[in-house]
Amino acid sequence: MRRAAILLAGLALLAGCGDDENEAPANEGGSDAELIVSAAASLTDALTGCSKDFEGATVRLSFAGSDELAAQIRQGVKPDVYAAANTTLPDELNAEGLLQEPVEFVTNEVVIAVPAQDAKVASLDDLAQPGIKLVIGAESVPVGAYTREVLGQLPAAQEEAILANVRSEEPDVKGVVGKIAQGAADAGFVYNTDVTAAGDDLKAIELPEDLQPTVTYGAGVVEGAKQPDLAQQYLDGLTDGPCADALQAAGFGPPPSG
Amino acid sequence: MTSSGWFPPALAAALALTLTFLTLPVLALFVDSPPGDLIASLGEEGALEALWLSLRTTAAALLIIVVVGTPAAYLLATRRFRGRALVITLVELPLVLPPAVAGIALLAAVGPSGILGGLVADAGIELVFQTAGVVVALTFVASPFYVRQAQAAFQAIDPRWLEASRTLGVSEARTFARVAIPTAAPGLLTGGALALGRALGEFGATLMFAGSLSGVTQTAPLAIYEHFATDFDAALALSAVLVAVSAGILLAVKLVGGWDAVGDARARG
Repeated sequence: MRRAAILLAGLALLAGCGDDENEAPANEGGSDAELIVSAAASLTDALTGCSKDFEGATVRLSFAGSDELAAQIRQGVKPDVYAAANTTLPDELNAEGLLQEPVEFVTNEVVIAVPAQDAKVASLDDLAQPGIKLVIGAESVPVGAYTREVLGQLPAAQEEAILANVRSEEPDVKGVVGKIAQGAADAGFVYNTDVTAAGDDLKAIELPEDLQPTVTYGAGVVEGAKQPDLAQQYLDGLTDGPCADALQAAGFGPPPSG
Repeated sequence: MTSSGWFPPALAAALALTLTFLTLPVLALFVDSPPGDLIASLGEEGALEALWLSLRTTAAALLIIVVVGTPAAYLLATRRFRGRALVITLVELPLVLPPAVAGIALLAAVGPSGILGGLVADAGIELVFQTAGVVVALTFVASPFYVRQAQAAFQAIDPRWLEASRTLGVSEARTFARVAIPTAAPGLLTGGALALGRALGEFGATLMFAGSLSGVTQTAPLAIYEHFATDFDAALALSAVLVAVSAGILLAVKLVGGWDAVGDARARG
């Protein structure tokens, strides 16, 4: 039974997640070691570049929604490192004995992304206007949970009006960004770093400070990782080294001190 | 000289391997979800809605595919014209497109900022984030399966039959409706079943082009994907139900098609 589930998860990995996964073979250093990193979709740009310079192993990156990656780990898929767009999922996996003690490595901000030109939305209040096409993350994916956290603090009528404008609940943040960049949607809740990554296509509208959720990214070495030492080395590199610089350049903030 | 005695067992081994590989994952779905859970999973928020949406959009797509695809396939099968091979290749192209590419291609063509986006919007048609968009995505990815099969079925008809019908003064349209379609029916049904299966399982193009919203654009495969993260059992159960529904439809088509094939064989006697 268990084996059947694992087999199935493997197949789902092959078939279902093809759209979201992006394997970046890197490092021509000649080392045979391979380090598999499952990382939140929002880390795509920052980690793809810096992982090429990782010494000691070829880093293979698998990007998807953090929840998706956590589900894979629960189904027996064993990457070496798991990096999520929140701290709850790594903490849960840690409590389940699937992940070693996670560390907090960066912070991010939730913003409203709108097209850089002819944006119909200029503020949070505009999102409640009838006819605005809003795209958000599904509830199960961190960006979607943060979005609901933000909206939950608004007056009920405003929250309701905004939710009525939701046209799609995307399974990861890239889907939200893509729909806005394609002009299909007028606005969406994404991370600040997604807007930076989209270049000239999108601009960010910052949320009022009292609504801004604390978005802290947690990562850890997966229990039973094939390369535990290299995984730890990669993890350390997220706060000090080329990857830390790349994360900063991508618009991430430093980890909360303490 | 003895004929190669190893060959028949090799064929059997290949079939056994194929069968095991193809059926084991499907069986695992049912092994892992008891019938009671399957029914309970339909009570999950959005599950029944997703299944119902899948059936409706698939039916709509299939209707479009059959109504437009049948005459198109007939023309491709019965006429020789310059560029025919190119046309056939173009019609079959979506078969080899990854679903995600199909989704992006649709956005680029008829999305709000696509090349025909303005025309579509001026006509007052909204596709992205709408159920109609799901139908468009399904039609795009599934029609080649039908057209290909229908073309082959029409080509298999002995041209003398059609000629005889015309010689008897029956109009071309009547010949198409009264001779060609009944004769090709088993092939058309098979093509319909293939297209239906492809449409029912469509994921990538729907997500990219139409989005995912419960009751509007979230078809069963999208709901399964969403549940995969939060509730694996529910995802498993919904998958099993989708397989059961697809298998049921396929079986029904096979039965009807089988009878027709028998009738056909007898008629040709």
